[in-house]
Amino acid sequence: MTNKTFYEEQDPIIICRDVQKWYGDYHALRGINMEVRKGEVVVIFGPSGSGKSTFIRTINRLEEHQGGQIIVDKIELTHDVKNIESIRKETGMVFQQFNLFPHLTVLQNITLAPLQVKKQNKVEAEKSAMELLERVGIPEQAGKFPGQLSGGQQQRVAIARALAMNPKIMLFDEPTSALDPEMIKEVLDVMIELAKSGMTMIVVTHEMGFARSVADTLYFFDEGQLIESGVPEDIYTNPQEDRTKLFLSQILQH
Amino acid sequence: MTTSTTETLAPPTEKYTILGWIKRNLFNSIGDSILTIAAFLLTFVLLKATLSWAFLEADWTVIVDNLKLFMVGRYPVEELWRVWAVLYLLAGVVGFLWGVWVKGNKRVGYFLIGMPIFLAILPFTMKARLLILAIDLFGILGTTLGRGENKNFKKWSLIALLLYFPVAIFIIGGIGEGGLLPRVKPDLWGGLMLTILLAVIGIIFSFPIGVALALGRQSDLPIITWLSVGFIELVRGVPLITILFMMDLMLPLFLPATIRIDSVMRAFVAITLFSAAYMAENVRGGLQSIPKGQYEAAHALGLSGFTTMTFIILPQALKAVIPILVSQFIGLLKDTTLVMILSLFDVLGIGKSILGNPDYIGTSKEVYVFIAALFWVLSYGLSYASQRLETSLGVGER
Repeated sequence: MTNKTFYEEQDPIIICRDVQKWYGDYHALRGINMEVRKGEVVVIFGPSGSGKSTFIRTINRLEEHQGGQIIVDKIELTHDVKNIESIRKETGMVFQQFNLFPHLTVLQNITLAPLQVKKQNKVEAEKSAMELLERVGIPEQAGKFPGQLSGGQQQRVAIARALAMNPKIMLFDEPTSALDPEMIKEVLDVMIELAKSGMTMIVVTHEMGFARSVADTLYFFDEGQLIESGVPEDIYTNPQEDRTKLFLSQILQH
Repeated sequence: MTTSTTETLAPPTEKYTILGWIKRNLFNSIGDSILTIAAFLLTFVLLKATLSWAFLEADWTVIVDNLKLFMVGRYPVEELWRVWAVLYLLAGVVGFLWGVWVKGNKRVGYFLIGMPIFLAILPFTMKARLLILAIDLFGILGTTLGRGENKNFKKWSLIALLLYFPVAIFIIGGIGEGGLLPRVKPDLWGGLMLTILLAVIGIIFSFPIGVALALGRQSDLPIITWLSVGFIELVRGVPLITILFMMDLMLPLFLPATIRIDSVMRAFVAITLFSAAYMAENVRGGLQSIPKGQYEAAHALGLSGFTTMTFIILPQALKAVIPILVSQFIGLLKDTTLVMILSLFDVLGIGKSILGNPDYIGTSKEVYVFIAALFWVLSYGLSYASQRLETSLGVGER
């Protein structure tokens, strides 16, 4: 793990302290603490309803946290719209349901934010969009609409779209959960390549093979709490908490 | 062999003889047969009564004599060429739009080209027939131009469509005393022309207002929300005729005596406000049909609220409500007949005033049937064309 020594020298780029979140009376996040260093690949796993998606969405303020502190690249997330916008410019996000813009072509999906937010010129934006499409392996789909692509291709476009803003951090919210089995690999391959290139990534996923081979740190969530964290080998072979043991035995037995 | 077959088979085709089709679809069971025969009888009775009245009893001279009044009201005869010019321009613009946007939707094309030809068969003067047929000429000219390969045509066609309406109103209204386009006061506009103008202007101006109100209703600022909801619910809560009355009787009370807004203008404003409230609710329906994920994806990319609306949400929402907007337009077209109470002579008002003429006593059936037919042709034509357009634009697909 060459990656590991690299990221361990870095300062934390995301700092979460005692993050709290409620939905009505339901306590969804109960004091989450996490530090993510530059270049680190974090995988969050846990049963559904454990708050892992909610947590990852608080980092770019798609969900508002109601207690504690979240600091992304030295900017604290507050109600200040300026802060929220600058954090969003530095974090890319990939969703379970892709959320591509169905009325725009693949190329337009990717270039929209660089053109409108970064005010890049069109030629430049399209050139880098094509490079990104090369990188995710589907340059020939540039002129098509999302509805004409397979799920795996759509998710790769979504990754390219997020990368087009040159984010420092990539958030993946169950990126392969909505895909047919034969398409999962093509998306994971792109994510593995991204991880190797030194991108800071937080991934919510149930793909334990991916987690084991790519992640630097695993976090196990249950009932809105962070139960256990550590390097993949330790978590797999020697989990400390009963809940972790139980969950791992449930998902790894087949 | 059966397991390893690789050839693809054609789907089974059903072949009917005409008799077979009749048997299968009309007389499949005793119940079917009774219904079929009953329906045929009913149709026959109704059709016979209608046709024998239309061709044997009815005296259509009232229509033929007053056709000009029905079409344009008291618009001066020497300026009538301006109305034709506006029509030709419309044919050209529609043809151009057709050529640029619609590829291979032949049936509506034939329908559009067929309408003037159908009209030309009717008992008009030779000159009028030629003038009507010229509409096709301009339409085809526009289509041919639009089919040409040019990247900018899409942009130009939309600009042409937007420019068309102010230009058309300018040509009809004119300016100044003498010159090529002397002013024709709106009081003189009338007939079908006024009906269509009121509806078209109503829908065009109410569109931006309606979109703004729909967005306002969802705004985070409470005062904007209250104002939008207040306007929408107030206007939707009263009939159009009340708003027209208010415009006619109340507005002058609020304005200084020196300012006099002519009644066509008042009708435009009333219809626009009325239509805007309904537009707002329709657009809101479109906005609500956009999944939350679209907003989230846009926000996650760092797009501002305004950019998200302009580039992501509104294009999808508006495309989704095109069918509803067309039916709103058809409704508005018929509602405009209420402007009679502002003493305007739209097509129905003209009909009533013609019936007031002693020469045409006893022709009210003919007049009202004619007006009904006009409205039906316009409304059905619009709804048919829009349905076909929706299919070719892929509205409703995501």
